[in-house]
Amino acid sequence: MPPSLARTLIVMPAYNEEASVAAVVAEVHEKLPGTAVLVVDDGSLDATARRAHDAGALVARLPFNMGVGGAMRLGFQYALSNGYDVVVQIDSDGQHDPAAVPSLLEALADSDIAIGARFSGEGQYEVRGPRKWAMRLLSVVLSRITGTKLNDTTSGFKANGPRAVELFARAYPAEYLGDTVEALVIAARAQLKVSQTPVSMRPRTTGTPSHNPFKSAVYLARAFLALVVAVIRPRHAITETAIA
Amino acid sequence: MSLLSYIFGIVAALVTLAVVIEMLRRGRMRERHAIWWLIAGTLALIIGVFPQILNWLSELLGVGLPVNLVFFVSIAVLFLVCIQHSSELTQLESKTRTLAERHAILQLEVEQLKAHVAALTDGKD
Repeated sequence: MPPSLARTLIVMPAYNEEASVAAVVAEVHEKLPGTAVLVVDDGSLDATARRAHDAGALVARLPFNMGVGGAMRLGFQYALSNGYDVVVQIDSDGQHDPAAVPSLLEALADSDIAIGARFSGEGQYEVRGPRKWAMRLLSVVLSRITGTKLNDTTSGFKANGPRAVELFARAYPAEYLGDTVEALVIAARAQLKVSQTPVSMRPRTTGTPSHNPFKSAVYLARAFLALVVAVIRPRHAITETAIA
Repeated sequence: MSLLSYIFGIVAALVTLAVVIEMLRRGRMRERHAIWWLIAGTLALIIGVFPQILNWLSELLGVGLPVNLVFFVSIAVLFLVCIQHSSELTQLESKTRTLAERHAILQLEVEQLKAHVAALTDGKD
């Protein structure tokens, strides 16, 4: 049986998203009535926190920017101490459709982490050059590590079941790419089951994706490094770095 | 070696040691960070007072030019200190992160409690 919406916490990491955060919160409330929404304001310099609060979300404000990983571990901790079984991560820029959350929750019936993936048939999304190679490398290696076919490992649209929430409240990496690459490696090494569910992504309502080839090459290198470090990290160091 | 450069070497080592010990004394530097500088300063003082030791060591280790041994040891010490600092920086960041998370959760809970209390007192009036 899939987990219920009442025990589900929607966590939205938000950094300077005042233009879109209120609309996304309102859309979640509209499409998933009764679900709690926690917006984690990741040290924004604009009115993100106020907009989110006015839209009816719970708002936790980090005193400075820590990246998606830092914001998400906060979300997992809040969920754990307030009795939520499931954490669903949704981007606050509006590219994820909350209507897809029930299908992610259904996938949690027989897995611990359900990734909303862009390339599984639904939706359109195109990347080229080094960024594409990086994403392919990540999906090939992470598919092997997790033992499931994964096409879109860098997706920020994910549902985490009770075992994943418990693990990630302690050990969610804050490093660059930690929230996507390393988190999956940590989950796989803790014997959690990962699955992917096709979802369609909308173009971002604000901001533009980067197509700079130099930046993409740097991304490739850092993705590779993050992957290697995650794999060679001794088991005890995973929680140590998180708790220290 | 002239007398002047002999004295200069000793004075430089003494000044380094004095600065480190003074910072230790005032609590501006912790022992674990001071230890490398104390070792380096002491080495420099010993070599400054007895330069023959340097020549003897260089010959023993097969280092052609004694001054190269000085450079090697200096760079090695600086290198180790830098690595120690990077590692401590990482630990500090990790602790800061944990504090920031707890702070944000507590702040949210305080706001929720305040709203709750305000609603209760409104009901009474």
